[in-house]
Amino acid sequence: MLVAILAHFAVAAVVPLIARRYGRAAFVVGALAPAATLVYALFRGGEAVSGAPPLETLAWAPVIGLEFTARLDELSLLLILLISGIGAVVLVYYSRYAKPGDHRTAARDSALLVTFAGAMLGLVLADDVISLYLFWELTTVCSFLLVGGDGVAKRLRTSATQALLVTTLGGLAMLLGLILLGTAAGTMRISEILAAPPSGGIVTAALMLVLLGALTKSAQVPFHPWLPSAMVAPTPVSAYLHAAAMVKAGVYLVARFSPAFADHPAWWIPIVVCGLWTMLLGGFRALRQYDLKTLLAYGTISQLGFLMVMLGSGTWMSALAAGTLILAHGLFKSALFLTVGIIDKRAGTRDIRELSGLGRQWRVLTTLATFALLSMAGLPPLLGFIGKEVALEALFEGGTVDRVVGVGVAVGSVLTVVYSLRFLRGAFGTKPDMAPSAPVPCGRIMTGMVAVPSLAGLALAIVPDVIEPIEAGYADRYGSDPGYHLALWHGITPALMISVGIVVAGVLVHRYAGVQRLGGHIPAPLRAQSWYGRSIDGLEALARGVTGRIQVGSLPVYLGVILTTLVVVPGAGLVAGDVGFGELRLFDNWLQVPITLLVLIAAGTSLLARRRLTAVLLAGVVGYGIGAWFVVDGGADLALAQFLVETLTLVVFVFVIRRFPPRFSEDKAYVHGRWVKAAIAGTAGTFVAVLAVLYSGYTEGMPEASRQYIERAEDETGATNVVNAIIVDFRAFDTIGEITVLAVAATGGASLILARSRRRGGSGERPATGGSGAADDTAGEAPEVRS
Amino acid sequence: MSDRPDDARKPVPWTEWDTPRERWLMTEQDAYSWPRSMLLEVLARVLFPTVLVFSVYLLLAGHNNAGGGFSGGLVAALAFVLRYVAGGSAELSMMVRVRPPVVIGTGLAIAVLTALAPVLLGDPVLASAVWKLHLPVLGELKITSNLLLDLGVYLLIIGVVVDLLRTIGAGTEVGGPGVDDEELEEERG
Repeated sequence: MLVAILAHFAVAAVVPLIARRYGRAAFVVGALAPAATLVYALFRGGEAVSGAPPLETLAWAPVIGLEFTARLDELSLLLILLISGIGAVVLVYYSRYAKPGDHRTAARDSALLVTFAGAMLGLVLADDVISLYLFWELTTVCSFLLVGGDGVAKRLRTSATQALLVTTLGGLAMLLGLILLGTAAGTMRISEILAAPPSGGIVTAALMLVLLGALTKSAQVPFHPWLPSAMVAPTPVSAYLHAAAMVKAGVYLVARFSPAFADHPAWWIPIVVCGLWTMLLGGFRALRQYDLKTLLAYGTISQLGFLMVMLGSGTWMSALAAGTLILAHGLFKSALFLTVGIIDKRAGTRDIRELSGLGRQWRVLTTLATFALLSMAGLPPLLGFIGKEVALEALFEGGTVDRVVGVGVAVGSVLTVVYSLRFLRGAFGTKPDMAPSAPVPCGRIMTGMVAVPSLAGLALAIVPDVIEPIEAGYADRYGSDPGYHLALWHGITPALMISVGIVVAGVLVHRYAGVQRLGGHIPAPLRAQSWYGRSIDGLEALARGVTGRIQVGSLPVYLGVILTTLVVVPGAGLVAGDVGFGELRLFDNWLQVPITLLVLIAAGTSLLARRRLTAVLLAGVVGYGIGAWFVVDGGADLALAQFLVETLTLVVFVFVIRRFPPRFSEDKAYVHGRWVKAAIAGTAGTFVAVLAVLYSGYTEGMPEASRQYIERAEDETGATNVVNAIIVDFRAFDTIGEITVLAVAATGGASLILARSRRRGGSGERPATGGSGAADDTAGEAPEVRS
Repeated sequence: MSDRPDDARKPVPWTEWDTPRERWLMTEQDAYSWPRSMLLEVLARVLFPTVLVFSVYLLLAGHNNAGGGFSGGLVAALAFVLRYVAGGSAELSMMVRVRPPVVIGTGLAIAVLTALAPVLLGDPVLASAVWKLHLPVLGELKITSNLLLDLGVYLLIIGVVVDLLRTIGAGTEVGGPGVDDEELEEERG
């Protein structure tokens, strides 16, 4: 199983190379990874449903108990059927859908789709919360890149960013929740958490955080607007990510944790409320859409809400319904998205006001899409019907709450029937007042790829025994089997009567109520999309405000704040504590006296300096004086470094101040401000000195670490210079960190200074004198020959 | 000091073998941002190789005496600073053949690779090794793998400082690429 995940990433690394050469054929190669995974998963399906799921573990960071664990149980198997099955179908479909000449897009999208398939696979197999989270975010990143495409159009970027922001918000909350949950349970393994679910206030908070992740990912109210926006992605991407796979991640998460927490009010109430609301709102909004793809997107939102409701109900029957519906929805929705892709690609539009007569042209495709639509609307003989039957049975056999929810679900189902009819008529119907679209072939391979999920929905409905062990195996976690079996015909039951009622109501609403007038209108203040915009604007305003107040752009203010903090915080500790100075000596070596005097005089005089250069030079004297102290104390290495750095600092200072006025400002405010600065600097300096003396009074002899350094330097590093041994061996990790900082700082500084000239353009780049500016352009080439 | 690209192809007549290929000092026409000092220029030219050799000594000696990659790198960098102070950016562009960011990257790469190399041999990151060689004339020579890390630091420091000369130095000269002179005049009033 771990190999299968890795294989996806390996294939994803290879396909761009193929795409660069052979273009869209790379998608077919990419399809091999999910196809092989599907075969493998089916092969091991027997073990998965046997009650002892296969388990694979890979140590990641054993010291802190981190590991990758893959566990293939019924729920994982169910999701893999979708992820790998639909994944392979979509990739093959994309190989015909993509533009033949566009190798760049083919390279990017094939690699991303295969990576995404691998991430989804990892997500549903992961048995520990940390790898679950990693794969979760990996799918988010893939979705961002796939929706963003080449990022040229602004619409692509905004949609991709919205999807990323909303799902990452949930993802981070989920991470926090998972860690809280793992800590409360004392294990990071999901199967162990579920086997012995913890309880308490922290668990309630953790569950709500995890739910936030699930609700954002599965586009539940009020986080749903990202999903319709994401429809700017290529249709195969939408079919896979936003219908079959990624949006199911939230459903999966709820399905995974529900068996243990279904009775917890913090778990099931938000799920059922949000789910029902989402189901109704999605269905309602779908009624108004003219764009077939957006119609399907709202349909997806509605169906995801339905799935959430069934999982939140938490009974054996509702779990059976949820399992069946997850599969059914993945099949019919991907088939419909792929159909829209064909219509969009071949007929040139997906607006139902411009389509007419496609049903007569493309009879095969129309039949296949009709199967999918019937499945969506919950009509026999399709898998969607079976799922809906179980769901209605589960809800109307339950208590009062379940019945109320059941009525909501029934209303949502009526809406589903209405928008299914709208899709069917809009996409394939012949409109009396419109000329039929010009005949074009719909593409055999693409139609074939629509047929796979569409006919699978039909076949599985006729022989539901094939999937029943998986669904029932999952449902068994919620209680004992009441003896129900998946079938198309259970006799005349209340659920069947309600189903008939739903369909009749749906047809009537579609026929008479006038879809245009009825619906889909949401008053502007209630639209979630505008709330999203407002919160993003608010966040930006907040960031601007905070930055504007903290980053005032004055070096003296920054330094003043730092130095004041330095004095106040540890100073408060010193005043509160009981400290003494220990034994004080005036000096160790008489040479220290003149050096100290020199440093003090230079520091004091720099305050009186009227010219900038004088001040810089005096500061240099202070630095060299400190170097001299090191020499007196025998720290040759320190002294050398101090002298060199001081020299360089001086040079850099001189470089900079040549662009400044030579004299300091004589302005009154400036001159007075100088004494405030002097007071702060003086206080901070004195404080540090006192602190150093106090500290040295408290240490006795050399610290253990220093002793060890000196002892081991010769043997372990072969160095007799202990300072060097520390730099390049004992603390070499620090050294690498420091030089990395240096490299970054140098690059950043160069960018800041040289970027000004680029922005200004032309004027300063190549001065007529030919001197300056040449360095950054010709430094790498042989200089011009002078003659 | 200069290798002309066509040197390899065109045979040099033997009478011209000793002819200098470039001027040792810049000519009067070469541009300056500040007054020239002949003394400083000649001194910088003379000292330059010596200081560089001294910096290499510091790099190698660091293991047993004062020095090391940081000090060595700074000394070498100061040699470049001296040349720049004497001759301005024309002098700098003439003597710097490799782009400073490349030097910085090379240094960082050497340091990181030195840190990671022991992993291939099954040792922890940054483990160090000491080899002792007996050379016929020089006697015993001790080489440690840490020296490579020091070399990385040495290169990086040189790169950073030369980049500093390129940006803060040449970049902020009057007429340099990084400063808007008109704006500056306005500021000065």
